[in-house]
Amino acid sequence: MLTSVFFYLFAAILVISAIRVITAKNPVHAVLYLVLSFVTSSALWIMLNVEFLALTLIVVYVGAVMVLFLFVVMMLDIDVEAMRKGFWRNLPLAAIIGLIIVVEMIAVLVTKPLVIMSAPELANSSVSNSNQLGFVLYTEYSYPVELASIILLVGLVIAVALTLRKTNKNAKYQNISKQIAVTHIGRVEMIRMKPEVEFKLDEKEIAE
Amino acid sequence: MIGIHHYLILSAVLFTISIMGIFLNRKNIIVVLMSIELMLLSVNFNFIAFSSFLHNIAGQIFVFFTLTVAAAEASIGLAILILLFRNIRSINVQDMDKLQG
Repeated sequence: MLTSVFFYLFAAILVISAIRVITAKNPVHAVLYLVLSFVTSSALWIMLNVEFLALTLIVVYVGAVMVLFLFVVMMLDIDVEAMRKGFWRNLPLAAIIGLIIVVEMIAVLVTKPLVIMSAPELANSSVSNSNQLGFVLYTEYSYPVELASIILLVGLVIAVALTLRKTNKNAKYQNISKQIAVTHIGRVEMIRMKPEVEFKLDEKEIAE
Repeated sequence: MIGIHHYLILSAVLFTISIMGIFLNRKNIIVVLMSIELMLLSVNFNFIAFSSFLHNIAGQIFVFFTLTVAAAEASIGLAILILLFRNIRSINVQDMDKLQG
């Protein structure tokens, strides 16, 4: 009973905040509502006994990704009014498509009974959720973990390489097209000149 | 009693809201990026619900990797956004015609 109350409470908050994300006029408010929806869904995940991922969602998403979003939104000078143009014109089309999608998805769920619907949750198992994840993450799924680390590294390198500004005068960069275009003409010059130093034979040495 | 249906319907509603967000805010690329984040969250909801109700840990592992990829995607998308704003002083999708596509 209490579970149902909390589920409907969090679900309502989640849906309302998601709607506010897409309708908010100010992008800063949209980011803050997105934070609210992430926190609420983390609470819902905890109700499913998925504690580790729920906390990861808060730490990684709210703590890192959403703060990144907030920084970017605050740094950019956005013309809010120009961005809102076409909002009401697109609303009927968006409403129709959204209605079709949600009706289809719910129809699939309702008409075909799922056999697993009454299975109990992972409530009172002896090992904790983090422990269960740790058992398989570095043994069975070790290669995917390495791949994920490579993806993160690539993301890091790309983000730095894209936004790096070359303003430092002392820094040295290679101009690759210049390097390739080099010929001997620019590097070596053949000149004709008289010798600078006369070489004289010593008279005495010849006599000896 | 809250069954798996409730979670799946909630996830479907969330996914639909985010698709509508892309339609409504076509011009503002930041809101489009945020809608994509919401979509990934709703897919994660499905994975978590099935994983919890089927007693199978594999779904949670997959959510782990989805979070990783989503973080990388967000960082690269925002980097491109900053670069774009630096060059054309706008984040309107209709101003992005520099490649003459």
